[in-house]
Amino acid sequence: MLAYYFDLALRSFRSSRALSLLMVLALGLGIGACMTTLTVFHVLSGDPIPGKSARLVNVQLDASGMGGFKPGQEPQFQLTRFDAEALLRDKRARRQALMSGSNMAVLPESPNLKPFYASTRQTSADFFAMFEVPFKFGAGWDAQADDSAARVAVLSRELNDKLFGGENSVGRNVRLREQDFRVIGVLADWRPVPHFYDTTMGDYAPAEDLYIPFATARALKYGSSGNMDCWASPGPDGALSLNAACAWVQYWAELDSPGQAGDYKRYLEQYSEDQRKAGRFKRPVNVRARNVVEWLVYQEALPGDVKLQVWLAFGFLLVCLTNTVGLLLAKTLRRSGEIGVRRALGATKSAIFAQFVVEAGALGLAGGVLGLGLAWCGLWLVRQSPADYAPLAQLDAPMLALSFGLALLASVLAGLLPAWHAARVTPAQQLKTQ
Amino acid sequence: MDLMPILSTLRRHKTAAALIVLEIALTSAIVCNALHLIGVRLERLTADHGLPEAELLVVDVRGTRTDDNADGKTAQDLEQLRALPGVKSAAVINQVLYGQNSNNTTLTRAKDKTEERFSAAQYSGDEGTLETMGLKLIAGRNFKPEEYEFGSRVDATGEVRLPQIVISRALAEAMFPGGDAVGKTLYAFGAVESTVIGVIDRIPHPYPSRAGNKGYAVLLPWRPSYRGGSYVLRAEPAQHTAVLKAAAAVIERVDNTRIVSRTGRMTEMRAAYYAQDRAMAWLMGGVILALMLVTAFGIVGLASFWVQQRTRMIGTRRALGATRGQILRYFQIENSLLSGIGIVLGMAGALALSVLLMTQYELPRLPWLYLPAGAFALWALGQIAVLAPARRAAALPPVAALRS
Repeated sequence: MLAYYFDLALRSFRSSRALSLLMVLALGLGIGACMTTLTVFHVLSGDPIPGKSARLVNVQLDASGMGGFKPGQEPQFQLTRFDAEALLRDKRARRQALMSGSNMAVLPESPNLKPFYASTRQTSADFFAMFEVPFKFGAGWDAQADDSAARVAVLSRELNDKLFGGENSVGRNVRLREQDFRVIGVLADWRPVPHFYDTTMGDYAPAEDLYIPFATARALKYGSSGNMDCWASPGPDGALSLNAACAWVQYWAELDSPGQAGDYKRYLEQYSEDQRKAGRFKRPVNVRARNVVEWLVYQEALPGDVKLQVWLAFGFLLVCLTNTVGLLLAKTLRRSGEIGVRRALGATKSAIFAQFVVEAGALGLAGGVLGLGLAWCGLWLVRQSPADYAPLAQLDAPMLALSFGLALLASVLAGLLPAWHAARVTPAQQLKTQ
Repeated sequence: MDLMPILSTLRRHKTAAALIVLEIALTSAIVCNALHLIGVRLERLTADHGLPEAELLVVDVRGTRTDDNADGKTAQDLEQLRALPGVKSAAVINQVLYGQNSNNTTLTRAKDKTEERFSAAQYSGDEGTLETMGLKLIAGRNFKPEEYEFGSRVDATGEVRLPQIVISRALAEAMFPGGDAVGKTLYAFGAVESTVIGVIDRIPHPYPSRAGNKGYAVLLPWRPSYRGGSYVLRAEPAQHTAVLKAAAAVIERVDNTRIVSRTGRMTEMRAAYYAQDRAMAWLMGGVILALMLVTAFGIVGLASFWVQQRTRMIGTRRALGATRGQILRYFQIENSLLSGIGIVLGMAGALALSVLLMTQYELPRLPWLYLPAGAFALWALGQIAVLAPARRAAALPPVAALRS
């Protein structure tokens, strides 16, 4: 039966080419626009570390002075160096790491390469295991390297390609400013999307090129980049010193289970209370331990423009669908005579209904194929755009399936009303007018 | 022409008529808001921030090793940069418009009085700052040469002295409403007392689109070194290429262990800063165009169908003496009627959508002017779309119509 309906649908396309083409075009445009924006939305709102995102928590403590205090305010979104190092020493979670971004001058050995700056993460040992960073060669450093401020470095695949032509560079040296650092690991390709562990460098920035121990960077008085908030003059030792009243360090902890978050939060509250008693914290205890998903929502990582574009595309699809319903209806009513004959020859109302729904579905498939092509073009256009997430806009299998599902669903929905009208055609009246 | 025959015909095609009305309503609601979004972005794209942007060049220099003489090298750089042919003036400033970093400081009117805090962009630069950035002093005076000091001294000692400060007009009006700000006292960095000596008309925030940007800014007499600041050069656009090349050579000559990390025209930085807004405006334009096309084709399709269906009616009317013009107008008026209802519904939808956008995306309210603009666009679209089918109807010979 289905095959027969398909055959009828094809015949109907052929008999009114322009109108059918118009409907396919409108559907294709609507589907294409929706797929393009949904793909961007899907990529950008994805879970950067699936399977672990519920167990990784970002720590916030309210270390600020009383200036501008309002009850119920969010605490600082970064920690002071003092608090981050204290929490790291406590080791109250399965894994934990403190970190900050910076840019390091790299002086290559090769005379062909000029000195350049590499985006750098200053962090501690657990960073690699906690964030499941893949290694191509070697491994990260251990806690002892943190304690002894060892001069060790981990390179990204790109930086290793640039400096060592992609060879296994473990054991070789890389010169950062005036110091030699020993390469102990080279990463495989790694780009968490969004750049969740530090959103101050750009929500969709690529991962860093160079990783060195935070303790080493402090011992050598290296700088830091990103966001810094000071609430008192940092004093002669500068804003990066241990006791400066400046928040600039990110801190993440990996819990054994999501259920442990309550316990961990109580520990943070106890820590804050102790700091209050010691006179370091002035404000009432106010802590946060958000997991990755909550953290990204709080940081508003997803650009507003992207959400707006999704709404716009669905509005557009709605117009295209209304358009299709109208045109399908016109086309159906034009075939009242044909329907009358079929009904007179014994086709039931439900058979007529099914026939027209199948016809609409066939239109939807054609529209889906066109929409896919248009989405492919649309994503290419997005990749040409200046946004930092541009290279990430790629079509993937789930979105491909979704686009066909959406096209089919939309067209069948659009076909319901005309099919209902078709099924209501009374054979006697049609036969009389012919 | 009587409306009654049109209405009675439409009554027999309720569903189709309702669909076309719905489509026009949806399209006009979206088009009005999309036009408004384009307007908002264009306003940003064309905003004037009061600097001679077309003349400005930025050169960022970074060291690759420890440098104990950063201030000395900065002075040498500047001396040679100012001597370059074509360079009208040069300065070293801690942050630039459309740049990559933004320093802000909180100001209060009284010491330790923390209820009223004013967050201002914190610029610090050397003697060339005002002239290079084209800043206009509207009250008081600029810093005297002996009032400048090195930012490195402040960093090294941690001892902040700021006897004089220059502020932007917006900040002056906010902190000292209704009075002359010059000579007044304010507190920076929590507790550092400072006297306002000058007011500058406008100093833009480095990120001018930032939410809550009120134009508050302060200028401090602290000379940054090349490590913490950017060189800003002012030159005629025709000489920019030559000046940039010569400037890179100057940096190399003074100390070749340093890297010119970024160099470019402020016009390019502006284009990059607003690229996302420009892309969004184009996208909205594309969506408007596609929506209008789809709607137009919908109207053409439906009108063609109606013309075909009413061949007999048209033939009869023509036989009874109706002119071609009357048949043409019949379809035009019918379309106007449907568009009219659609547009009225669409305008209500546009306002509702605008309220939603205001709450969700902090957009300004839809200015009423967009409503008639959108209404007219949709009405004109309907008339253009219906023209071809209507002409086909008018061209039907009465005999052929009666024969079918």
